[in-house]
Amino acid sequence: MYAFEYQRPKSVADAVAALAKSGGKALAGGQSLVGAMKLRLANPGTIVDLSGIAELRGIKKEGDAIVIGALTTHAEVASSSVVKQSIPALAAVAEGIGDRQVRNRGTLGGSIANNDPAADYPAAVLALGATVHTNKRKIIADDFFKGMYETALAADEIITAVSFPVPKKAAYMKFPQPASRFALVGVFVAQTGGGTRVAVTGAAPHVHRASTIEAALSKSFTADAAKAVKIPADHLNNDIHGSAAYRAHLVSVMASRAVAAAG
Amino acid sequence: MSVSLSLTVNDEAVNAQVDARTLLVDFIRNNLALTGTHVGCDTGQCGACTVLVDGNAVKACTILAVQANGSKITTIEGLAKNGELHPMQAAFKDCHGLQCGFCTPGMVLSAIDLVQRHPDADEATIRAELEGNLCRCTGYQNIVKAIAQGAAAMRG
Ligand SMILES: Cc1cc2nc3c(=O)[nH]c(=O)nc-3n(C[C@H](O)[C@H](O)[C@H](O)COP(=O)(O)OP(=O)(O)OC[C@H]3O[C@@H](n4cnc5c(N)ncnc54)[C@H](O)[C@@H]3O)c2cc1C
Ligand code: FES
Ligand code: FES
Repeated sequence: MYAFEYQRPKSVADAVAALAKSGGKALAGGQSLVGAMKLRLANPGTIVDLSGIAELRGIKKEGDAIVIGALTTHAEVASSSVVKQSIPALAAVAEGIGDRQVRNRGTLGGSIANNDPAADYPAAVLALGATVHTNKRKIIADDFFKGMYETALAADEIITAVSFPVPKKAAYMKFPQPASRFALVGVFVAQTGGGTRVAVTGAAPHVHRASTIEAALSKSFTADAAKAVKIPADHLNNDIHGSAAYRAHLVSVMASRAVAAAG
Repeated sequence: MSVSLSLTVNDEAVNAQVDARTLLVDFIRNNLALTGTHVGCDTGQCGACTVLVDGNAVKACTILAVQANGSKITTIEGLAKNGELHPMQAAFKDCHGLQCGFCTPGMVLSAIDLVQRHPDADEATIRAELEGNLCRCTGYQNIVKAIAQGAAAMRG
């Protein structure tokens, strides 16, 4: 790991100022960033540790939405009675991430800022039509995920919270890559105020909505309807863990299982 | 850049000056000479480096020492009290829950985190909760048995 300057601000405003001044990187739990720095894939000159900012933590119900602070860990989301009651599928997503040690440190904000092509939370954020709150604006999920490891965030912008509207029904099904536990393919299906939304992770260079499955489920919200949709394999990931054709097949299968689980 | 650390390790106050890029596991092993915390993979996969940070199991190779500043750390060396093994250590010994022993410190600390949250964990829960700890020797059977026995002993 290369050397860096270290700062631990106490407020969002101070953290944003530190990022703007230094051109450095925010640090949440370190569950992706520290690994990347060890491999020298990331080489920030300054680390701005967000862990001292109390306002970034916590889970609350606000009207018809659950608002989760960016620094809230996967373990906290998984065990939250508020989340389990209102959006059990979201608690299940958090519980299915990596392993216990990773869930004890990894955070919601870090996961979606990182936007790993096989990460679980991006699928939940996109399918639930969540809104990402930052220090300066609110970004709807459809505008947030831009590409592989790429988001709408500016370099000196910090996610403060994510607001998840409570869906009518929702479920997430992941076919985990057995060594990393990341999604070989994961599909989050939700019936929301804005219609049926289906988000796919792991299959392509970044999380995306499966519009053909959404159309089929809008007509008939059944496992069979999802399974009948043929997903083209072009542009899907093709690697030692699974061919593009295999992943294409898994998308419909995982979608149908998610519909069955959503009930 | 050098940073000052002030934390509690196995109930003792520790103050130190370290390079900010020092990993928690390297701080524990090199600065504190507590070599019971192992490095198996150094990539966050195997769990051999697991320690408790404020009671929660964490892979010490995947956080910086400075991220644990102000925290209470427990390593395998901190479990035995007055020369008596912790009930979870005793259960691993009793059930032959180890062969080479390389994974064992991490297994024991993960087991303690697990029992805190699931005092009555059944076999399926134990196996699911051990996702982050790899063992290349035992085939896990006796580890699972040891954790069930250790959990019962911890319930008292
Ligand atoms: C062994 C292992 C297994 C894993 N398995 C899975 C899995 O199955 N599924 C899955 O989805 N993930 C998995 N992960 C990744 C894990 O979920 C991480 O928690 C997540 O990627 C982000 O880590 P973090 O919150 O610690 O953020 P960090 O690693 O600290 O930061 C990640 C990135 O986000 C940026 N960032 C962090 N917080 C903010 C913020 N508030 N605002 C703006 N930018 C921010 C950082 O600058 C950095 O670029 C795994 C990780 C490990 C080590
Ligand atoms: S050495 Fe830390 S997880 Fe393997
Ligand atoms: S006992 Fe050898 S790795 Fe587990």
